[in-house]
Amino acid sequence: MQPAQILQPRPEGIYCPAADLYIDPTRPVPRALITHGHSDHARAGHGSVLATPETLAIMAARYGAEFAKSQQALAYGERVTINSVTFSLHSAGHVLGSAQAAAECGGTRVVASGDYKRQYDPTCAPFEVVPCDVFITEATFALPVFTHPTAEHEVKKLLASVAMFPERAHIIGAYALGKAQRVMAELRRAGWDKPIFIHGALKALTELYQSLGVELGDVRHVETAPKSYYAGAIVLCPPGALQTPWVRRFPDPVTSVASGWMRIRARARQQGAELPLVISDHADWHDLQRTIIDTGAREIWITHGEADALAHWCEGQGLKAKALHLVGYGDEEEPAGAAA
Amino acid sequence: MNRFAALLDRLAYEPRRLGKLALLEDYFRTTPDPDRGWALAAMTGALTFKNAKAGLIRNLAAERTDPVLFGLSYDFVGDLAETVSLIWPADAARANAQLTITDVVEGLRETRKEDLPGVVANWLDRLDENGRWALLKLITGALRIGVSARLARTALAQIGGKTADEVEDVWHAVEPPYTALFDWLEGRADAPSVATSVRFYPPMLSHPIEPEEFAALDPAAFSAEWKWDGIRVQAAAGKDANGQRVARLFSRTGEDISGAFPDLVAGFDFDAVLDGELLIKRGGGVQDFNTLQQRLNRKSVTAKLMAEFPAFIRVYDLLALGDEDSRALPFAERRAKLEAFVAAHPLAPIDLSPLVPFDTWEDLTFARADPADAGAGVDADAVEGVMIKRLDSPYLAGRPKGYWFKWKRDPMVIDAVLMYAQRGSGKRSSFYSDYTFGVWTEAGELTPVGKAYFGFTDEELIELDKFVRNNTENRFGPVREVTHTKTKGLVVEVAFEGLQRSTRHKSGVAMRFPRFSRIRWDKAPRDADTLEALVKFLPKGAER
Repeated sequence: MQPAQILQPRPEGIYCPAADLYIDPTRPVPRALITHGHSDHARAGHGSVLATPETLAIMAARYGAEFAKSQQALAYGERVTINSVTFSLHSAGHVLGSAQAAAECGGTRVVASGDYKRQYDPTCAPFEVVPCDVFITEATFALPVFTHPTAEHEVKKLLASVAMFPERAHIIGAYALGKAQRVMAELRRAGWDKPIFIHGALKALTELYQSLGVELGDVRHVETAPKSYYAGAIVLCPPGALQTPWVRRFPDPVTSVASGWMRIRARARQQGAELPLVISDHADWHDLQRTIIDTGAREIWITHGEADALAHWCEGQGLKAKALHLVGYGDEEEPAGAAA
Repeated sequence: MNRFAALLDRLAYEPRRLGKLALLEDYFRTTPDPDRGWALAAMTGALTFKNAKAGLIRNLAAERTDPVLFGLSYDFVGDLAETVSLIWPADAARANAQLTITDVVEGLRETRKEDLPGVVANWLDRLDENGRWALLKLITGALRIGVSARLARTALAQIGGKTADEVEDVWHAVEPPYTALFDWLEGRADAPSVATSVRFYPPMLSHPIEPEEFAALDPAAFSAEWKWDGIRVQAAAGKDANGQRVARLFSRTGEDISGAFPDLVAGFDFDAVLDGELLIKRGGGVQDFNTLQQRLNRKSVTAKLMAEFPAFIRVYDLLALGDEDSRALPFAERRAKLEAFVAAHPLAPIDLSPLVPFDTWEDLTFARADPADAGAGVDADAVEGVMIKRLDSPYLAGRPKGYWFKWKRDPMVIDAVLMYAQRGSGKRSSFYSDYTFGVWTEAGELTPVGKAYFGFTDEELIELDKFVRNNTENRFGPVREVTHTKTKGLVVEVAFEGLQRSTRHKSGVAMRFPRFSRIRWDKAPRDADTLEALVKFLPKGAER
């Protein structure tokens, strides 16, 4: 069977005609498969939604329990056949519950990986390599300038700054779903045992992570207190809050942003980061290449990001590559919204 | 190099002036000579290397990386030094080898041109990512770390318990690596000596004024002159301590720009410091800024260039005459001395900025509206408004309140349609921030009329970038064509300072200083302006 008969790009998202199903559609559709809970991939208002139990829980926390007419949970590795196409979900290592969607028919397998990373992340299952004929990949950081250091290394940098300025508060802008919890878990791994303070916008998802068994230690909501109370504190907030009067409640704050974009100085300055932390939930240049090779796919479709560069590399490897230029993804990587 | 790299890195991320000062002060206090002097020279733009240029870096990168990927990366990052520092294949085994800024500066100065690529590649292999960035910034000469020469001098003043003005006074008597300067600052030697008349004085700046503010001002207490659209300069000439003639031309920030205007400086036959505007005079009239720019943007100053774009200075203030500092005198007295001075130096490449006579603010309003008719005559193209100065104002450094006002001509404004976007560089790198916009022709098509890079806030930039990415019709390398039909597209209000005929532009006109003044999310492209409406802004006689 031709891969394009199994999955094909449409303006609304990746479409499976046999199952009449869209993967991560950007508009309401009758049947959707959602790879993960970030708002550019998981939108409310679909007819039925197929996703991992964690992703369904995240969507419920964000949009309310009635975010779709019906929901179907599919755990990693479970299979479901809709008309002639068999779907299964496999861990993508991006955020809690994130999955790659494998669609198989007549011995041909296409994997839509959603967003993914290969780095260690204490808050979610590691990426699973799923051999396939066509691998559909993101390309958020598909340029050779993007080589992410380990999160461990970046958190050390943060703790060194906290030790250097014990009288100041460190405010870290981190996306509310995934990044914030990963930074907290990495802080714990690095031995930070004091309370971690969070902005109200991070509360619901952080509590959800904890209820799903992710250990984050003593996490407290920022409350009205004298400035001195937050001396030496580590505080997390959505990146957008860094530019608001909210930060004025902290003593001489050191502003930081945890994002893969922090690799680029201009981006860091644009977001007002004095202490940029290169912590990304997306694969960097080398991990994108490694993953493409690992899957054994002969054909690569690129959904969004720096598609031209990745397609160029694929062609150099003798792989067929196609840039889909899908619109509507990657909004979370925007400085205004959040951070990758 | 590691220390210097760490300083640059921290300065680049430190937004606060006081924070920057503390970092600089700490570096100068704790770094030995001559490293700190070379660092100071690098930060104040006093270093140039004859053989080490951006092209060399590009070639090195091309040898070690895939050219397509390098091109895409450079387009994204928007900064050559940063792109190469990030993309350079790391050699962990050799990283962190000891290399001082002095080694690098001396190496860049002394290495023969043909050996330089090998030497620089070797350094890049030995440095870590941050070190590579600092090295490449040093070579390209564009540090962009938010340190002005003034800020560096303020930090120096702090380590020596001096004022920034005291450091300013001796600045032009010292040279990299500034050991004499540090000796003085740290009390080991006397101040380096400098002739009184051959120095830079921090300029006096004006405040913008709005029409409603005139009611509170007495016209009899002020004088007015044209605001010239050139570059603000100081011409300083006299004898140094050894009796040698010295002549220098300074920019408004105190950079010595004599090298770019040898024709001018050669004619400084006086002992004085003059404040004025550098302009180009051709065919009897003073040329507009567009013409001046054609001389400014050249790498080398050739005889042809000097002949084609003859520069002179239209002077409007006298800061020192001989050994005498005249800045404390009231403006009216300085003006009288200046008039006598200009009359006494008919051969110097200077002339007097004329006063604009007026009795009431209404008179001045009319003059500003039509400079050609109000005395500026053939020079009117170079007028960008009027300057209003209190007759009793001393010459004070900086922007003191209440003395000098600038009343600029109103900008011209049109509604245009966004047509193309390209990723920017510098602060706005990686965003689509360079915009080409167009207006409607009689045939009902859009024709590009200009490019704008600013005039929007950071928040608007994010929205614009998103609009470009979500409405891309075509990709031409780094350029994206965005949707621009009659009904779909983005209208932007563009403000500009003037319009002139241009054969280089398809539309036949070129705007001066175009920028976005508003983004009209509310307007449909069909409601944007026409080329016919735009050409009405051409100067009189050039409409056709």
